[in-house]
Amino acid sequence: MTVYFSEDHEWISVEGNIGTVGITDYAQNALGDIVFVELPESGEEFAKGDEVAVVESVKAASEIYSPVSGEITDINKELEDNASLVNTSSDGDGWFFKISIADESELKELMNASAYKAFIGGLE
Amino acid sequence: MRYLPLSTDDRAQMLDTIGVKNINDLFVDVPKHALLDDLVDLPLHMTEMEVERNFAVFAARNIPAGSVPFFVGAGAYHHHVPSAVDYQIQRGEFLTAYTPYQPEISQGTLQTLYEFQTQVAQLTGMDVANASMYDGSTACGEAALMASRVTKKNKIVISGNLHPQYIEVVKTATKYTDDEIILNDPTVNKKEDLLANVDEETSCVIVQYPDFFGNINDYSHLAEKLHEQNALLVVVTTEVVSLGAIKSPGEMGADIVVGEGQSIGNGLSFGGPYVGLFATRQQYVRQLPGRLCGETVDADGKRGYVLTLSTREQHIRREKATSNICTNAGLCTLAFTIHMTLLGEKGLRQLAKINHASAVKLAGMLKEVDGLKILNDTFFNEFTVKLNKNAADVVEALVEQDVIAGLPVSRMYPDRPELANDLIIAVTETVSEDDMCILVSELKEVLK
Amino acid sequence: MMNNQGRPTGVENSGTPSQKYQSFTGSRGLSQVEGLIYEIGDTNRSGVDLPEVDDFENRLGGMERNQEIGLAGLTEPEAMRHYTRLSRKNYAIDLGLYPLGSCTMKHNPRLNEKMARLPGLGNIHPLQPVSTVQGALDLIDTLAHWLKTLTGMPAVAMSPKAGAHGELCGLMVIRAALEARGDARSIVLAPESAHGTNPATATLCGYKVKPIPATKDGRVNLAAMKEALGPDVAAIMVTNPNTCGLFEREIIEIAEAVHAVGGYFYCDGANFNAIVGKVRPGDLGVDAMHINLHKTFSTPHGGGGPGAGPVVLSEALAPFAPLPYVVAGEESFELVEHEVKGGQSFGRMTAFHGQMGMFIRALAYMMSHGADGLAKVAEDSVLNANYVLASLKDVMSASFEGPCMHEALFDDRFLKDTGVSTLDFAKAMIDEGYHPMTMYFPLVVHGAMLIEPTESESKQSVDQFIGMMCHLVEKAKAGEKERFTGAPHNAPLKRLDETGAARKPVLRWTPQIPGEEAAE
Repeated sequence: MTVYFSEDHEWISVEGNIGTVGITDYAQNALGDIVFVELPESGEEFAKGDEVAVVESVKAASEIYSPVSGEITDINKELEDNASLVNTSSDGDGWFFKISIADESELKELMNASAYKAFIGGLE
Repeated sequence: MRYLPLSTDDRAQMLDTIGVKNINDLFVDVPKHALLDDLVDLPLHMTEMEVERNFAVFAARNIPAGSVPFFVGAGAYHHHVPSAVDYQIQRGEFLTAYTPYQPEISQGTLQTLYEFQTQVAQLTGMDVANASMYDGSTACGEAALMASRVTKKNKIVISGNLHPQYIEVVKTATKYTDDEIILNDPTVNKKEDLLANVDEETSCVIVQYPDFFGNINDYSHLAEKLHEQNALLVVVTTEVVSLGAIKSPGEMGADIVVGEGQSIGNGLSFGGPYVGLFATRQQYVRQLPGRLCGETVDADGKRGYVLTLSTREQHIRREKATSNICTNAGLCTLAFTIHMTLLGEKGLRQLAKINHASAVKLAGMLKEVDGLKILNDTFFNEFTVKLNKNAADVVEALVEQDVIAGLPVSRMYPDRPELANDLIIAVTETVSEDDMCILVSELKEVLK
Repeated sequence: MMNNQGRPTGVENSGTPSQKYQSFTGSRGLSQVEGLIYEIGDTNRSGVDLPEVDDFENRLGGMERNQEIGLAGLTEPEAMRHYTRLSRKNYAIDLGLYPLGSCTMKHNPRLNEKMARLPGLGNIHPLQPVSTVQGALDLIDTLAHWLKTLTGMPAVAMSPKAGAHGELCGLMVIRAALEARGDARSIVLAPESAHGTNPATATLCGYKVKPIPATKDGRVNLAAMKEALGPDVAAIMVTNPNTCGLFEREIIEIAEAVHAVGGYFYCDGANFNAIVGKVRPGDLGVDAMHINLHKTFSTPHGGGGPGAGPVVLSEALAPFAPLPYVVAGEESFELVEHEVKGGQSFGRMTAFHGQMGMFIRALAYMMSHGADGLAKVAEDSVLNANYVLASLKDVMSASFEGPCMHEALFDDRFLKDTGVSTLDFAKAMIDEGYHPMTMYFPLVVHGAMLIEPTESESKQSVDQFIGMMCHLVEKAKAGEKERFTGAPHNAPLKRLDETGAARKPVLRWTPQIPGEEAAE
């Protein structure tokens, strides 16, 4: 299992052909209290960079862009009733959706953990 | 000048503090040629008395409802509003407050909005209602857009018996979206086959209840059929008092209910400001346009109210907002809520009963008028009659006799000769038996 | 008028319960707890006496409403007390200075209310015969004349119901004009500092919105705008004076540039109150502009409306204006409700003819002030704002050099290292008896505080406000963080849990099911 990061502060954890996607601790912290996550539907297809979900705090809404191309295989239904999971467990129970990765080469354009750490360090 | 507190001395001192010599030094960023040297060509300031005189002249050239027998409805109704309503909405704390963005010092407005949302949800038989739209017609336009968002489809089927001006507003609202409009012809007293126009691309069917001509139709079957196709039923009510007598749209299976709330708490005011009602099912709440008030607690755990789910709105979501609405009908919702509270369930039902009884009585009296036929089988407080003469001419003739007899349908449909003799007559609790007798005898005279 | 830059919306930071002695009722002196109508009233109570009706055969066609609706009623004394108590939980212009920048909270003269309630104006029906409402049509035509004269524009569409509705009307007119010359365009430019309604409206009109950055001095970046201009740009939407409270110095160049590529200049007239009677938008190259009668011409905000948003139009755009409109004939006024032969109107914005009740109030306000008074309105509002700016620029951090127009913009640099945010500072103002200024808008500066005193404030009133702000800045800098982070301490309620409200929305009262209460 390998975890990659995007410049839009998403993580994708890859196991076989399936990637699990969520937002990073940095992102949840910047957004503040998450109140709602609008998720895609299983079976929907997205290209890399497509708007795939929306995460909302009380005073802001941010689009989530798909870090890779592929088809949604599962969504985190827990978030429907408990969006605060994104705050309390952004890299665990607060995952958004699973996607079957259409083109593995797209993963190469993403960052690894240390590169992402350096990337957010540069944003401060 | 009575509204401007700064004195000449104040102004001089303040300019001094700012460090400029004269007021136009503060307008330095205005291009030189655009800063006016002289006053614009309009009258100079007036005293209260002078202003009142001007408005008395305007007012004297109108014939208001209440001064003559008056039978016009068609989307705006002359009802009696209790005195307490007008007193309360003129309290400065309500009248001169802004949108309740600071909840700690806006609980008055917020709690009344919460009461309003509850009343509207109850009346329409829906789960939730928003904190108002501009009026019924624009609410109807927003409902069409919302149905497309919910269903992700874009064929809108509109009943020919929807208020014609509402139809025009829906056309405007969807002019530059992907939506397509399928519109039926008006059918004053024939059953309308709406399902014939429905297919898998249909996002919603919009019907009026009671309809523009006053008919009361049951849309339960239509709702069922629409739901099989994943399409929504949008029900429009322009006379909200009727909901004290007839089945709620929610009971029929409506998905979105919009309405004109003017009848409760708000005067005719020549068409505005009114109050748009907007209600729907819980599952569609995040697709609602406009403001929503919700219950919460404060830091000490005390119950309070806030504006909520604001990420739908333009001030946060900008180009992705569900609507561009900002200012809505605030004070008109307050008038609605107070009037409805004064009525209560018992009062509203009685008011509805009186309206209906009066309309039934007038319909009975009109039977004895030759050259007039009532077209409706069913109605609440408004029905359509066919005359043996052009209805607009008859209305004008009756104006001469100080009677405002109703709305000639031709004013809405000038290009439909088959409707030229049709007249829509509305009767509310403000119409007395004497008024009805006068109308009947004048009509007998004109139609003979 | 708010937006957010990461401010807390929960209640974690709030203080401890302030009352040592809890009262039996929960009320505190004149601050009285008040339940919902559903808790104090019931379905059998009524504050209206209605006559009984003799039995009759109904014509409802079997559609009687048999289920209980659930509407709670109150008798008149109960209703009066309920709503009076609630009213006292509101801040209002009548209670104090209301410095909400961009919202223009000025005095609402009561004469205007009286005029709107004259039976001859308040009780007329929009669809009664035109021959019986000649005075009403004259009034609309008169107001139109004032608006056209004040803006230097040849035409005005009266029916839009509020500012955002006016924006939609303006863009619809522009799109109709472009389409009439066979010119399909797809982009509308709007500065980053624009009101949220601008991009939302452009989208409704089928346009893509391209944001234009601001310059360091808070104005439209003309170079960047020229870069963005092209044959695909339908219009630029510029607020002037802008949302930073500044006059766009290069307004003429902006207009010329957009005209040069065949686009139109839509001006958001939300801030017209700063220049009314002094500057006519028609002299600045504007093609269309809405006027918020509830801002510039003081129709009451009423806790969120109603407003009115007539749109003035240039000669080129006038033919595309919406229905209906009033035409002054030789002997009488006509109301044109249907497209005339060969007409080019884009359609209808609303049922009926617009916000008559607001027209009456606005015209009464205009007549009261006259040409001389309206110019003074602009001057005094600009004077008061600049006085605030001059008095506070070294105490707080002014975002831009003056002079400003009707409002002064500050950011949160002066709060650096105090642990106090813009939100905290605003809430502390509540404890001082003031409504906070507009916060976190516009988005072009950090932690924005936008102060608009309006012309309705006396020098004493503005001086007291300035003194209060200096006092709070001093306390923030002196490390009295608790005063701010726990504020408001003295309002009817402490900070409210907006996070909880949004996570589990409760949007209406519902009857408690017996048994459930005990379980909780």
